[in-house]
Amino acid sequence: MRASTFARAVPALVASIRGTPLPRPAQDPQYVVLHPVGPVGRSELHLMVLAGVAMGAVILAVFVLFAIAIVRFRDRPHSRAPYRPNWHGNKWMEATWFVIPAVILTVIAIPTVRLTYSLARLPAHRDPLVVDVTSLNWKWLFEYPGQHVATVNYLDIPTGKPVLFELTANSPMNTFWIPQLGGMEYTMPGRVLPLWLEVGRPGVYWGHSGQFSGHDFEQMFFAVRAMPPAAFDRWVHEVRRRVPVMTLADYRRLLRFDTVAEQTYGGYPAATFPSVHHGFTLAGGMYMVMHNDPQAN
Amino acid sequence: MPPFARYLLHTLFPPDVLRPTEVGADVLILATGVIIMVVMTRRHKWRHLWTEWLTTVDHKKIAVMYLIAAIAMLFRGGVDALMIRTNLALPGSPVISASEYNAVFTTHGTIMIFFMAMPFIFALFNAVIPLMIGSRDVAFPRLNAMSFWLFAFGALLFNMSFVIGGSPNAGWTAYPPLTERVFNPGPGENFYFLSLLIAGIGTTMTGINFVVTSLRMRAPGMTLMKMPMFVWSALATSTLILFAFPPLTVALLMSLIDRLFGSSFFTLGHGGMPMMYVNLFWLFGHPEVYIVVLPAFGIFSEVVPTFSRKRLFGYETMVLSIVAIMLLAYGTWVHHFFTMGAGPTVNAFFGLSTMLIAIPTGVKIFNWIFTMWGGRIRTTVAMLYQLAFIPTFVVGGASGIMLATIPADYQFHNSYFLVAHFHNVLIGGTLFGLLSGMYYWWPKMFGRKLDERQGKWAFWLFLTGFWITFGPQYLLGLKGMTRRMYTYPLGYGWHTLNVISTLGAFVMGAGFLVLVYNIVYSMRNGERDLTGDPWDGRTLEWALPSPAPEYNFARIPVVYERDAYWDMKEKGQTLANSLTVRDVHDLELPRNSSLPFFLGLSFFVVGFGMVFSWWIIAGLGFAGVAACLVAVGFDYRGPKRVDAAFIRGTEVALGRLRA
Ligand code: HEM
Ligand SMILES: [Cu+2]
Repeated sequence: MRASTFARAVPALVASIRGTPLPRPAQDPQYVVLHPVGPVGRSELHLMVLAGVAMGAVILAVFVLFAIAIVRFRDRPHSRAPYRPNWHGNKWMEATWFVIPAVILTVIAIPTVRLTYSLARLPAHRDPLVVDVTSLNWKWLFEYPGQHVATVNYLDIPTGKPVLFELTANSPMNTFWIPQLGGMEYTMPGRVLPLWLEVGRPGVYWGHSGQFSGHDFEQMFFAVRAMPPAAFDRWVHEVRRRVPVMTLADYRRLLRFDTVAEQTYGGYPAATFPSVHHGFTLAGGMYMVMHNDPQAN
Repeated sequence: MPPFARYLLHTLFPPDVLRPTEVGADVLILATGVIIMVVMTRRHKWRHLWTEWLTTVDHKKIAVMYLIAAIAMLFRGGVDALMIRTNLALPGSPVISASEYNAVFTTHGTIMIFFMAMPFIFALFNAVIPLMIGSRDVAFPRLNAMSFWLFAFGALLFNMSFVIGGSPNAGWTAYPPLTERVFNPGPGENFYFLSLLIAGIGTTMTGINFVVTSLRMRAPGMTLMKMPMFVWSALATSTLILFAFPPLTVALLMSLIDRLFGSSFFTLGHGGMPMMYVNLFWLFGHPEVYIVVLPAFGIFSEVVPTFSRKRLFGYETMVLSIVAIMLLAYGTWVHHFFTMGAGPTVNAFFGLSTMLIAIPTGVKIFNWIFTMWGGRIRTTVAMLYQLAFIPTFVVGGASGIMLATIPADYQFHNSYFLVAHFHNVLIGGTLFGLLSGMYYWWPKMFGRKLDERQGKWAFWLFLTGFWITFGPQYLLGLKGMTRRMYTYPLGYGWHTLNVISTLGAFVMGAGFLVLVYNIVYSMRNGERDLTGDPWDGRTLEWALPSPAPEYNFARIPVVYERDAYWDMKEKGQTLANSLTVRDVHDLELPRNSSLPFFLGLSFFVVGFGMVFSWWIIAGLGFAGVAACLVAVGFDYRGPKRVDAAFIRGTEVALGRLRA
């Protein structure tokens, strides 16, 4: 299932610098943002399309007016266009261009605010899979507190189930982004920020960091393998049975400033993810209710 | 080699500055330096340079120095850009390494904003604001010179990092904890913080200067609502500077203290709060984008009426919009980090405030279009930049709205879509505006026009190059390419678009070369402006000869109408034909001073010492700063008197007074 999706097209030179296999996008769409495979990405795309259409209309209207103005009123000998050198304003016209943009923006603003609120909450009555994400220099550590497994630089998730990512960093800031699943969120040291995504279709997708974090930042790609829940459970089971547990020494090795290949662990020490969540809002506290504290169970 | 010398060599010339590009730059700098030295010495120009330029407090000469610096910095920033683009066109075999790339995109952004756009703006403010309001100088001429020298030495310090010590490499935003010493051990970030702090002091003083100048120095009769729009934009910009630079100063200083003295304001661990820096930075950063674009708005509001031969449409709403933008600009900063988990209420607030600011911006666009409507449009180079600005900026504004659409921004943030947006507004808005202003006021500054035919070549290269470069970047954003990657794997479909984008960048580079040729050619061969009014202008600067005499106005004009000079022309009462011998009196002008230069130099020494933590040198610099400030306090020489006979002679020679 997660067969050889790696590194084929990466030129030898780059590969030799990296030593890390890179996830290659599945053959399908390259306009990843326009081809979401989950509800979050899809609703973001809808909004984008709405804003795009509205803005397209504005652009078109301005272009037409502008084109007429410069063609008609160009200074030519014998121009027949009216010349009104002292025309310097018109209350009603000026009021119009306060009002029209305001109306168009309202059309965009209402769904924007709605979706902003609705994406800040997990879908009701559906237990999410929790993944604790830590960005390190220059790698990703994914810990599954409910499953007691951990991976480095790749992410396995089940389809059809919301996934709650709890994001932090033990490095300079990065952003955690899987374009086909939905938008990004920062990983910041000393904070845990929530982001939920969901994937509808099995497949291999890719993620990347969007925030520059130093020398090897551009290698912070990771593969995302979405599989049916049963396959996911099987994977967890296999990992727990066969793969050794991450020790603190392993974790410390991950803290070195370097890049590593994908890794899998059948467990991990509790101290590797912050247990106190100070999410940040201007009012203080986390805005999205965190599900069961990962360290508590 | 003695250990001390080895330490010195290693600190000043670490491997980072010994790559071919840097060594090449060293050779170039040395060669240019030597040539300049030789030429200056041969022609005995040193004294002239010192007395006429380095110690001047004349706003017109300060403007010229700002302009030279800005164009030099446009060159440096442009070379950085071409290095960035070259690497991205060749993903399989990057030309420059990650560490060099990271330095280059950092210096590109920092230089373009702080050391290109800002001085270019101040060049035009200095060149024309006093003339437009019928004044003999800015409110505080010596402070003006200090601003310039602080900027110039700040820029020198920043640019030096390329060849000495190592460049900053954490992006123009310099987010911690990446700037922390653990993650960023070299002196590069120190250069960044210190040079911006030093230049920032200068910028703040310029802000003060132009607020006071536009409020207090206007000619009799010029009420606020008769002020030319460019002066309004200077007033709004300067006010923005006054309140936007303090948070930047705080953020930079705290980061610097973290680095130099091991405090933990923004560090990873020890209770540091990196996000606090991000807040402070954008509390400055968003007003800053309006600081650089409002002057362009002001320029267009002068250029469009002149070249449409028609009054500005909707002056009152133009003023209203500029003031609204100025106020709203302080209330949108969080849109730069919607994805930092501030919560839906905070995000919604800032999303809406961002959309709100687009309304006054849109109003201005319509007003410009309707200024042309019913006019007679002459397509000079200055006007062409305006004509390119409208469609380009509208697209940039529209993409800005898409970024303000919060959930969508989760997908756009830090992708090439964002990169395309801000270049769309910064080049299409700020740079086109500044170039338009340069072509427009060049004859006023130098007494000759820039050649129009060459100017049009440069213009078309810039415009097409711009769209070829940045159009594809919107698409790259939708393909998921994020910013600041020095290379990228193939197979994501990014390569072709990047190649196109790079070609566009080289077209813009060609445009720059033509522009420089245009300037050099026109210095000698440009058409002379003998009337002082080459474009049939409307505002007071065109009432003066080109270039204006040192004292600007032999007699301060009285203003009755908004387009003051147009009004004079209509009444047949220009300054040139109505001046009489009895109008001319003795004048007082500010005296040249070498203190601004030495103040800047002292700050430079402070900065240089602190970059390497050489405290004795830094201490000497501080002593120099203190000495200069004391000396300023004890400077009892009064103003310089210019006697009436001299002025009469000058005006007669200019043909503006009958002997
Ligand atoms: C209609 C007006 C505008 C709107 C609605 C708008 C909106 C935005 C938004 C929401 C962002 C943040 C996006 C993100 O980081 O994800 C942004 C970034 C930016 N904008 Fe605009 N903008 C507008 C005009 C301008 C203008 C006039 C300028 C400058 C001349 C400008 C320069 C920038 C810059 C430099 C950045 C990003 C800087 C960085 O991250 O390095 N914008 N804009
Ligand atoms: Cu902004």
